[in-house]
Amino acid sequence: MTHNRVAITGMGILSSIGFTIEDNLYALLNQKKGIAPIVNIKTRHANEIKVGEILDTNEQLAKKLNLPKGHNYSRTALLGCIAAKQAVEHAQIGDDLVDTRTGLISSTSVGGMDMTEKHFKQYNSNAESNKFIESHNAADSTEKIAQYLGITDFTTTISTACSSAANAIMLGARLIKSGQLDRVIVGGTDSLAKFTINGFKSLMILSDTDCTPFDADRKGLNLGEAAAYLVLESDDIVKEKNKNVLAYLAGYGNANDAFHQTASSENGEGAFLAMKKALQVADLQPEQINYINAHGTATPNNDLSEGRAIKRIFGDIIPDFSSTKAFTGHTLAAAGAIEAVYAVLALQNNVIFPNLNFNTVMPELGMVPVTKVITKNLDYVLSNSFGFGGNCSSLIFSKSQ
Amino acid sequence: MKPCYINSAVSISAQDTSSFLETMHVLENGMALAKHPNYKDFISPIASRRMATGVKMGIAAAITALKEANITMPDAIITGTGIGCIEDSEKFLNAITDNDEQFLTPTSFIQSTHNTVGAQIALTLECKGYNVTYVHGAVSFESAVIDGQLMLHENEASTILLGGIDELGKQLIHDSILIETSKENSITTPFGEGAHFFTLSAKQGKNSFCLLKGLNIFNTVTTETIELKVQEFLKSHNLLPENVDAVILGLNGDAFDSLYKPLQSSLFKSTPQVHYKHLSGEFFTASGFGFWMASNIIKHQQIPKIASLNGKTKSNYKTVLLYNQFKGQQHSLTLLTSC
Repeated sequence: MTHNRVAITGMGILSSIGFTIEDNLYALLNQKKGIAPIVNIKTRHANEIKVGEILDTNEQLAKKLNLPKGHNYSRTALLGCIAAKQAVEHAQIGDDLVDTRTGLISSTSVGGMDMTEKHFKQYNSNAESNKFIESHNAADSTEKIAQYLGITDFTTTISTACSSAANAIMLGARLIKSGQLDRVIVGGTDSLAKFTINGFKSLMILSDTDCTPFDADRKGLNLGEAAAYLVLESDDIVKEKNKNVLAYLAGYGNANDAFHQTASSENGEGAFLAMKKALQVADLQPEQINYINAHGTATPNNDLSEGRAIKRIFGDIIPDFSSTKAFTGHTLAAAGAIEAVYAVLALQNNVIFPNLNFNTVMPELGMVPVTKVITKNLDYVLSNSFGFGGNCSSLIFSKSQ
Repeated sequence: MKPCYINSAVSISAQDTSSFLETMHVLENGMALAKHPNYKDFISPIASRRMATGVKMGIAAAITALKEANITMPDAIITGTGIGCIEDSEKFLNAITDNDEQFLTPTSFIQSTHNTVGAQIALTLECKGYNVTYVHGAVSFESAVIDGQLMLHENEASTILLGGIDELGKQLIHDSILIETSKENSITTPFGEGAHFFTLSAKQGKNSFCLLKGLNIFNTVTTETIELKVQEFLKSHNLLPENVDAVILGLNGDAFDSLYKPLQSSLFKSTPQVHYKHLSGEFFTASGFGFWMASNIIKHQQIPKIASLNGKTKSNYKTVLLYNQFKGQQHSLTLLTSC
């Protein structure tokens, strides 16, 4: 299995627990969560929700990117550019960005909605607002990242709700495996918006406290914002350029629950099929998985459905598992990418990150997540991402050796 | 990548596409709404009432494409949409703003996510297979096609249902049109909407009527480099420009039509040239209409007069090339051939 392996050679991340990989790792190891009352968005729900917010304002983020005045970057694009740039630098890509077939696959759930919702009532009456009409569509943040990095080749965007970034990683891996591209920058970006806050609020799945994944008394999720990108490179490029490999993407699976537009099926069929496929692609037996970074949003529906799917795959011997959503909140389209970064960090450091705020075992499952930092040898980490529309995706990461 | 067979092609658009050669007409300026089929034939009236235009068009086109290809259950459903479910997005945006974040019901939020059409097709068919939605402007549809081709190439599927969907919406489109028309050399074709669905398979079946040979998308190309890019693409499929029997261009009348000019005036000067956005209208997945046109030119071995750009014809249409871009970005080159 040494041919056509997909190596991860760089990562970049921006989340409510840190602006760098090091900051994120530090927070995860020291149980420093990034969940707090909302600051940057004025909403009447401010006292009823807690979020995983990046505290920098758009102006501060734009300054980091040296953007000219009058730019039309949405917050989604700002976060995306910063994280993608980090990933490219981490992979030590310089002038060879253009001489190697390099693609970009990004993902987002609502694209430039953060600006649309501020300006759409003033379109055509205020010239300042008009510039955001063109940054509404979901391709815009990706185009801006491509431009910022200088990518001219294959560029696309995926939007499958909360599984988006996992699907971006999957497509990148498949394009490398089939020899279509040598290198792909993959990931996702989503900023908090009134649109999503009110959407999840109207579905009554937002918690007014810190979220408690896999707890019997869980009340719902905390929304978050983040961006993360990974650099995937072919084995040939790794050899040719003598690249440092952080980890490999060993397997991936995508399935549809085909049950309900927003709710997951009772037995987690979609999740079960996605994990099963990922194990098949990686050519692994369930017992070889050492850690599951679960989707674990802390909604009553997800955690039960995912838990049942995990039980169906792993039987009585369930690997160590945790959800890191209590650190970052649910970052929607970006979740699959930030959790991919966490999976790689787990493998690199032989450590399992804790599932915060857990108290009571769910009686339906009897499953206890890892609640303290555990150090142990890890060879394979499974990461789950599930979304509205029944879109379920699972990724398996393996150690670099 | 291995070529794959196209077994059905369905267009729901501003055109009456019941007859490929006779029923199409040139659209008036402004906005061109889709001609809708009778949705009762596809969706229960209760479900239909809550569905936005794009969802209904998508389900109807998808079901028709499967039926025409005699497929009951595809192995994968892959969709593309540039603007997404804009009708429901507008509804929810207005509800938030007009009522100061109060009295909201989740229906329009639930149906506003870009993957709604792909998900609703999966629900309708109870299809648990691979399911992804691409949202990259004018290459949303092409991204879906590349993914489908890749699935067949990797033997991960044997039949794929894929399509592009875009609806006009009711509000932001008017703002977009005002902004666009205030520019110099703005888009002159109407703005349109539609759903274009196709079935792909790795093996030739009795419904197979043409082959998808290749598709490349790239982010940047200029009027200076486009000819070279096209030649390289053709070369990668062992073809020369003179081997192309018809070239289909995404002209929409704006300043970026300059990208098509080198192909029109030199590379494909003597080749039959086809345009289609005066028939489909411009929208992010309008290139799905171009793809439908290409597959039908091969099927019928004729170019509809109304679509001809330079009046040239050929007795045989074996190889058809498509080139589309939007505002100088999101370029795609697509190659279809006869089986």
